[in-house]
Amino acid sequence: MAGGGLSLHGGGAERFEAKSATRDPAPVKALVLGLGLGFFALFLLLPLVVVFAEALRKGLAAYLAALADPDALSAIRLTLIAAAISVPLNLIFGLAAAWAIAKYEFRGKALLTTLIDLPFSVSPVIAGLIYVLVFGTQGWFGPWLAAHDIKIVFAVPGIVLATLFVTVPFVARELIPLMEAQGTEEEEAATVLGASGWQTFRHVTLPNIKWGLLYGVILSNARAMGEFGAVSVVSGHIRGLTNTMPLHVEILYNEYQFAAAFAVASLLALLALVTLALKVAIEWRARRAAEESHR
Amino acid sequence: MSITVSGISKRFGAFAALSDVSLDFPQGELVALLGPSGCGKTTLLRIIAGLETADAGTILLDGEDATSKHVRERQVGFVFQHYALFRHMSVFENVAFGLRVKPRNQRPPEAVIRKKVMGLLDLVQLGWLAERNPAQLSGGQRQRIALARALAVEPQVLLLDEPFGALDAKVRKELRRWLRQLHDELHVTSIFVTHDQEEALELADRVVLMNKGRIEQIGAPSEVYQQPASAFVYGFLGSSNLLRGRVEHGALSFGANRFAFDALSGHEGREVTAYVRPHDLNISRRAVKGSIPATVRRVLQIGALARIEATGAGDGTLYEVELPRRDFAELSLTPGEAVHLVPGALQVFAPDPG
Repeated sequence: MAGGGLSLHGGGAERFEAKSATRDPAPVKALVLGLGLGFFALFLLLPLVVVFAEALRKGLAAYLAALADPDALSAIRLTLIAAAISVPLNLIFGLAAAWAIAKYEFRGKALLTTLIDLPFSVSPVIAGLIYVLVFGTQGWFGPWLAAHDIKIVFAVPGIVLATLFVTVPFVARELIPLMEAQGTEEEEAATVLGASGWQTFRHVTLPNIKWGLLYGVILSNARAMGEFGAVSVVSGHIRGLTNTMPLHVEILYNEYQFAAAFAVASLLALLALVTLALKVAIEWRARRAAEESHR
Repeated sequence: MSITVSGISKRFGAFAALSDVSLDFPQGELVALLGPSGCGKTTLLRIIAGLETADAGTILLDGEDATSKHVRERQVGFVFQHYALFRHMSVFENVAFGLRVKPRNQRPPEAVIRKKVMGLLDLVQLGWLAERNPAQLSGGQRQRIALARALAVEPQVLLLDEPFGALDAKVRKELRRWLRQLHDELHVTSIFVTHDQEEALELADRVVLMNKGRIEQIGAPSEVYQQPASAFVYGFLGSSNLLRGRVEHGALSFGANRFAFDALSGHEGREVTAYVRPHDLNISRRAVKGSIPATVRRVLQIGALARIEATGAGDGTLYEVELPRRDFAELSLTPGEAVHLVPGALQVFAPDPG
């Protein structure tokens, strides 16, 4: 989704299709459609069906038992904690970064824009390793942390940090193009009318970006709950303590507890579906808002 | 409120947007800042509003130094070229905004806000649009709402940045007349920025002509039009024909032609450029003293005037002539015809020191 942004301009395809000059011949259309839909059916839809089918293979009772397992519950709790901490922080950071880039002129603006993308371009495993190297027993702050009895790596703080790192770009990337397109005139108008900085933000800026913001938060949340690589490196895989849902799925799978593994996996898949539904709903709302203000 | 601007300078990187500008805006006047794009007029307006900070100089509002006063405390109303209406608020809420964000102890009660906003919407004749969204309005309606919004906080000064710039010609003309009427009713000191000389001359009590970050001339519309202070002002306020020549014995020698005009005194012995407005050029079929032989190239008849383009017989210079339609009908010129152009008035400016 990097560089995505809400698509607010529909209707181009209709015109393209309606004109014989730009309409593709039927076989080409069939081929493109077949490739596109076929790929999605085979590689995305089928696995999704398999997840739910495997999860319920041993019946509903076994499914619920797998989810009620104390280790599974602990993994679910940790995943929720990591998301509950990292998502609000990313909301604040993303908003600040997008505001700085869209509304201020400063040295190093290009650098900040590039840095925001870094978590997308770097492998999550590397992100995890960085934290191990910095905060681990052998790391830079290792001895100091040990002396003060603070555990970061192989503990909850490390997992939160790793999650934070991989989810940083979502909110900012969503807001920067939106805020740049809207410019600063409305804020200026509010200031001239006597509004304070907070009033301007609360009554003018925020309502203008709320859909983009929500969209970024939802994507950020989905990634926070689903992250595997970075979290895996810093977690230490201590059952009931430092396992998140994706890690728990892997452990169960490696222990040949397929039904249980798929049961937990089905929760993650469900999260993905909810995210998708929310995303569609928000896009629809945003498009309607845009249409209303373009009529 | 009167405004005094003194010694204002502003640079954007290497570009000098304003160089040592000093100006007075008396109470209650409607003043136009007129100039080509990039002349610094919008920057000056934004500095007066407090949206931009000057590098040097001071702004006095009613004789009081406001240079370091925040835009929030300057009591100015600002109207933006692209309206800058709050897109997610209804028209009513847009106009009410300035009242609603007042500190709690100064904020009027809801009933007062409602009455005031509806009063302003009636003033701009758009009361029936109160519940609409800005996007559902036409450009002209949006700009009137923007004006109502600016007036809601009872500003001492009204600043308008190219207020009609984004509108089409017909609406622009209507709004212009309407703004003048509104100003005559309210008498708020108003400054508007424009690059349209017709708009400035028609609407303003006084016109400030700006070029390259400096003031070229200040005066009433008729004054700047009839007595332009510089070649720039002359050229900016209307079309002009150029005659280059040498002043000898109080007359401009120009090829084989010699024109004697009062305007030429003081330029004796100099190479000068004389300017003639298209309506100050006459066309004659016979050569008269000082006339310029030319060939008619193109004839345009639009409205009350006929516009004739002709090229000089000697050097091919293009001349533009405007004749009243009746005079043109009597002459009944056709393209290709040989004629003689007779200047009725010329203007000569001291050579630009730059």
